Amino acid sequence: MLFMHPAAFPDPGDPPAADVIADMMRFNDELAQAGVLLALDGLTLPQDGAVVRYAGGRPSVTDGPFTEAKELVGGYWVIQASSKEEAVQWAARCPARDGDVIEVRPIQRAPGDD
Amino acid sequence: MGATATQRTVEAVWRIESARLIAGLARVVRDVGLAEDLAQDALVVALETWPRTGIPDNPGAWLMATAKHRAIDTLRRSATLDRKREQIARELETAAEPDLEAELDDDIGDDLLRLVFTACHPVLPTEGRIALTLRLLGGLTTSEIARAFLVPETTLAQRITRAKRTLAEAGVPFEVPSGAERVERLGSVLEVVYLIFNEGYAATAGDDWMRVELCEDALRLGRILAEILPEEGEVHGLVALMEIQQSRAGARVGPGGEPVLLGDQDRARWDRLLIARGQAALSRAVELGGLGPYALQAAIAACHARAGGTEDTDWAQIARLYAALAEVAPSPVVELNRAVAVSMADGPQAGLEVLDALADEPALRGYHLLPAVRGDLLERLGRGPEARAEFTRAAALTRNERERALLLARTRESA
Repeated sequence: MLFMHPAAFPDPGDPPAADVIADMMRFNDELAQAGVLLALDGLTLPQDGAVVRYAGGRPSVTDGPFTEAKELVGGYWVIQASSKEEAVQWAARCPARDGDVIEVRPIQRAPGDD
Repeated sequence: MGATATQRTVEAVWRIESARLIAGLARVVRDVGLAEDLAQDALVVALETWPRTGIPDNPGAWLMATAKHRAIDTLRRSATLDRKREQIARELETAAEPDLEAELDDDIGDDLLRLVFTACHPVLPTEGRIALTLRLLGGLTTSEIARAFLVPETTLAQRITRAKRTLAEAGVPFEVPSGAERVERLGSVLEVVYLIFNEGYAATAGDDWMRVELCEDALRLGRILAEILPEEGEVHGLVALMEIQQSRAGARVGPGGEPVLLGDQDRARWDRLLIARGQAALSRAVELGGLGPYALQAAIAACHARAGGTEDTDWAQIARLYAALAEVAPSPVVELNRAVAVSMADGPQAGLEVLDALADEPALRGYHLLPAVRGDLLERLGRGPEARAEFTRAAALTRNERERALLLARTRESA
């Protein structure tokens, strides 16, 4: 699974430029054409969401917007890769912007699953 | 191969790039075997160079440029013998680099299509088609394919060499067939992909993971085909069938490596993402109309995927789908499966009537499942002694020890 942590989220009402979107769609197509794309989604802005934190055995909810957005997820891909290196190579092809972070994580399977 | 980090990365790049690289080169040099050799040469150069220089920003373009230089050298060396090669070399040399790359990018779908039709060409024996497809389109190495198919690496290497030679000697053109030939050739392509999938599906828990991974390799090939042949219903049908079958991977083998039958599987362990993908592919096949054998089998698998268990499975629908399958792809095994579905939908007597029409079927002589199913239906009808005779027959016919033990236990139960 690839998680995109963008360096910055756009301001509401100020959508990303058409060429940025087109580049990303080309990347998504490339994943699909290589037969490795299983699922993907882009997420709406953090202010639409909330964060639930657990402390002292109780959840506490913070609604967006968030002042510190660095660790938030902007979207994800589920891909089928034959190795960690292959997943990393796909992540390295993403038309990301300076400061963006893509986290590459295998999906856990139950013991005995392949 | 010693698995240093760079080597593993080069292998990963190869997996991603090799099919496009070989397909693009094959169009330019008009020879699949030569294209593959050139791509391999480029890989060797990458393995020598990248540990020193690091992975280039655009590894695909790097490999293509390297292979292109090799192509010019190789073609020049043989040019004195062959005017055509001299001409190709000149074309390659004069083609501006960005143009060549753009051209390769533009036609990549068509090139991959030509490559898959060539790799699965009917002049090749089935095992040659499988090896070549995994090698040229799957990005697998010879040793990986050999491990997956449990044959020595030298045998597999010979298989590939022979296949490439056969293609060259038969003068198989690097093109997509048209008309009636296309339908037949597509059948061969789909068959090869499904054979690869089934080879992985037949692997058990104790086996090398390379074997199990064949299912994923086949799925990847199927999805690529669905991208480049979006109007072919059976391509989507095959993808649907494989996605849904693969969704059960985590549930169909028990902790001791023993197979778990569909009715006994823990359905919570089915992969919902793959089921959803399978159902989407099946819907696409249905939209395109005229369901073929793969789409019909996928539709049957989808019926099981929708059900919470054996009891709430839509057996009447499954029986209808088996009947449709028997129309487009008649086979006694399909009829046997239809008999089971009919017995679940309309009771054991109705199932027995379908089954008894198969009694003299020569293809099922010696097939243990015919008496095993018959015994099951007779038992459900309360005809114990007859059921016992069938289970005894089935036990004598099966070659699987675990299954024999199960059948012998049933002869005692139905006494």
